Amino acid sequence: MIGDKPKGLGDHLPIIYPAVMLGVFFIIPFGIMLTISFFKRQSGGFYTPTFDLHNYQNLFTPHFARVLVFSIFISALCAVISVAVGFPFTYFITRMRRKAQVVWLVMLISVLSLSAVIIGFAWSLILSQTAGISNFFVRLGLMAHPTSWSPSFWALLCGLCYVAFPYTVLVLYPPLSRLDPHLPEAAQTLGASPIKTFFTVVVGSLRGAIVASLVMVFAFTLGTYVLPQILGRPQHWTLSVLITDEAIYHSNLPLSAAMAVFFMLVSLALVALTMRIGKGRTVEHK
Amino acid sequence: MNRALRNLFLTLTLLFLLSPIAVVGGVSLNATKILVFPPQGLSLTWYSELFTESSWLIPIKNSLIIATFSSLVAISIALPLAYFLWRYRVFYARALFALGLSPFMLPPVITALGFLSFWATVGLYGQMTATIISHAIFFVTLPLVTISLGFESIDREIIEAAETMGANSKVVFRTVVFPLVRSYIVSGYAFCFVLSLNEYIVAYMVSGFTVETLPIKIFNALRYGYTPVMASVTVVFVLLAALIFGLIGRFGDLPRLLGAMTSENRNL
Amino acid sequence: MHLMTGLALKDLHKYYGSVVAVQNVNLHIPHGRFVCFLGPSGCGKTTLLRLIAGLEQPTRGRILLDSSDITDQPAHRRNFGMVFQSLALFPHLSVGENIAYSLRVRKVENPMRQRRIDELLELVRLPGYSGRHISQLSGGQRQRVAIARALAIEPRLFLLDEPLSALDAKLREDMQLELRMLQQRLQITTIVVTHDQREAMTMSDLIVVMGTDNQVHQMGTPLEIYREPADTFVADFIGTSNLLQGFYSGDREAAVLGKTLKIESVPEGLASGSEITISVRPEDISILPGAREGENCLHGIVTFVRDVGSSVEIYLDCDGFQIISQSTPQRRPPVKQKDAATAVLPPAACKVLTS
Repeated sequence: MIGDKPKGLGDHLPIIYPAVMLGVFFIIPFGIMLTISFFKRQSGGFYTPTFDLHNYQNLFTPHFARVLVFSIFISALCAVISVAVGFPFTYFITRMRRKAQVVWLVMLISVLSLSAVIIGFAWSLILSQTAGISNFFVRLGLMAHPTSWSPSFWALLCGLCYVAFPYTVLVLYPPLSRLDPHLPEAAQTLGASPIKTFFTVVVGSLRGAIVASLVMVFAFTLGTYVLPQILGRPQHWTLSVLITDEAIYHSNLPLSAAMAVFFMLVSLALVALTMRIGKGRTVEHK
Repeated sequence: MNRALRNLFLTLTLLFLLSPIAVVGGVSLNATKILVFPPQGLSLTWYSELFTESSWLIPIKNSLIIATFSSLVAISIALPLAYFLWRYRVFYARALFALGLSPFMLPPVITALGFLSFWATVGLYGQMTATIISHAIFFVTLPLVTISLGFESIDREIIEAAETMGANSKVVFRTVVFPLVRSYIVSGYAFCFVLSLNEYIVAYMVSGFTVETLPIKIFNALRYGYTPVMASVTVVFVLLAALIFGLIGRFGDLPRLLGAMTSENRNL
Repeated sequence: MHLMTGLALKDLHKYYGSVVAVQNVNLHIPHGRFVCFLGPSGCGKTTLLRLIAGLEQPTRGRILLDSSDITDQPAHRRNFGMVFQSLALFPHLSVGENIAYSLRVRKVENPMRQRRIDELLELVRLPGYSGRHISQLSGGQRQRVAIARALAIEPRLFLLDEPLSALDAKLREDMQLELRMLQQRLQITTIVVTHDQREAMTMSDLIVVMGTDNQVHQMGTPLEIYREPADTFVADFIGTSNLLQGFYSGDREAAVLGKTLKIESVPEGLASGSEITISVRPEDISILPGAREGENCLHGIVTFVRDVGSSVEIYLDCDGFQIISQSTPQRRPPVKQKDAATAVLPPAACKVLTS
């Protein structure tokens, strides 16, 4: 039954509805956005259907370049931190007893349920001067007076990592829980200390999963819209903020569409590049 | 020594994960409107306001309706697609699967923009239906991945056993495949539901001015008129998510749903 | 009315692309017999079973049951009972529901269904287990549930794929006997795939030996296969054989290891000068101390004496060729390691193999 070839309309029935839905409601909106990016904007928020590369030319400004570079930079940084902390964390979770695992997992998923708005709000509070954690440090004698750590680059990075963390764990959970428990044991009988075992065996055999999660977090964080506005200053605003600005506040849908298309191409290229590098390293592995 | 390090690491991470929730919880219970932590005086006024003021109840209602129906639509797309791909390994099934993964992989702003242009062109801009469908497409990735995981976890020989006992493919699906995949469908729905409740940008771009969802209301409140009710809303919804998934964890096999091997198939 | 002629496989081939899984299979399995498909891993025995079950389609050839062609019939219409290697019990159903599955599919109602479940549980000696959950059962119990499930509709063929491989040794031996007795009681045509020759010898009426060339080498009773192997593969695979290569000199004599051996029976029409292999079972060879002369005597040095309690094996190095002999402790030859000795190969025990 499994692996046959589908014959005729009846066999293809299950796939018709999803194909239609995805085709109509995903591909078409995309296509429309793509065509709009070539339109010329007119005052008053309207646009004329033409084929105009004007919008794409407008992208080559220092401002746009700077925002693009910053977005890529902070997303990459967030990806590295999330995976660096998330990987050992997930590893520890998968070695726990089942009941303990369930507790941690439910907690992580509940964190996932927090919207970015709330996360931004909460962290701005924690890092604020009046109500924040610096007051706690002052009381401990570690600091002289309470300071405001938000909005700032570090506040934004903190918030981004917080959002990315549960997703990182959920992506790393399947491969880590399927890791043969005898592998680390074998390494230990061969003389490797627990730390060495972790890095050589666990990390080593899961290189593919690590690369995949880095890519996922990177792509995911690249699209962040809310947090830069709450936890960051205008110079920290990412491309998504810029795009929405153009679309809504400046009523320049063509330009924002052009930005979006360009943004998408850049991120796809970066993703492909990362996966190529990742595959290159795993070649000798297989 | 390593034990202690591990526990320290886990404790710090736990603190990191829980502190925003603690802060939000504290603010929600604060007697006064001032943003201060720890709370000065405990009060449940903000919770009562949440459940009585229409300016909050309407967004809550909107968000719940959108979450309920968009998750349903997302499952309706993900299930047949995952089933088809599991059953027939043809290239166009895989292509559609990749297409199904795309909405979540793209920056939300781009997807939102695409939807904006689409609905504006079609003329449904500003309608709740538009938001429901947009959310369904945007979130289809999660149930798709989860349900595919479910199909993959079915031992192929079980299907063959059913076949040798006289079940044709329809009966096999009804009596064997669906019961085994059911829990994945439920968890896929739950994920979708929770994410839709908290989604901001797509809802905002598609119909933000006419259909106010909870995240939109909160974002506006944050910018223009802060009120601790935001915090109470958050606490309620976090507890809701914890409840839903706690129930799944209690009555189902959460680790397996999230991709772990059960002790049975580990031994095989 | 169906003539119970049994299962016939005609010119069966199965290829996966260019890879051969099964080729040139022509078999007839009589009704009501217990048959084992035996062979090393990769020989195609499981594929053959799956072809019979309808889980795979043959690339070429036909399958007939009681003279009607079932080759194009899909698996779910064949009414066979199958036990899989992994048992494939439905994890979401109880023991009773598992067993009753095929009955439910055929819309058999209660109370008849429950009666049948109880009957089957009695048969496999698990009375009262109907409501239990699969996860609560031991390996041996699950085994029996899988058997009961496959037999629920009184199938025409009972197929088992390495059914006992997951059990420990003692349980395995018990189950072999149980399966055999079950089959005899029900008089159902049974095919078991196994790689364990002792298992095959214990349980079967007939053994089908398959080789690494994915073909059937021999089909016969356990004794036939052991005593009269069809070729060197069968001789080597079943039990231990001494295989001596040489040429047929004609006149019931063979030139082997530089000596002439007298042979009692020779295949009809064997030409003088043909390449042959002489196969002799260790238990037919006797060892005499010292270098004796005589008919079919081979001289050599004892390299190893293996005393396993119930038998004694003596390894003799005859000019670079190893001869293994086996005897009972009571008849143990008075030799030890490094002694010169003579192996006597009685002409009646020398089987001539041409392939």
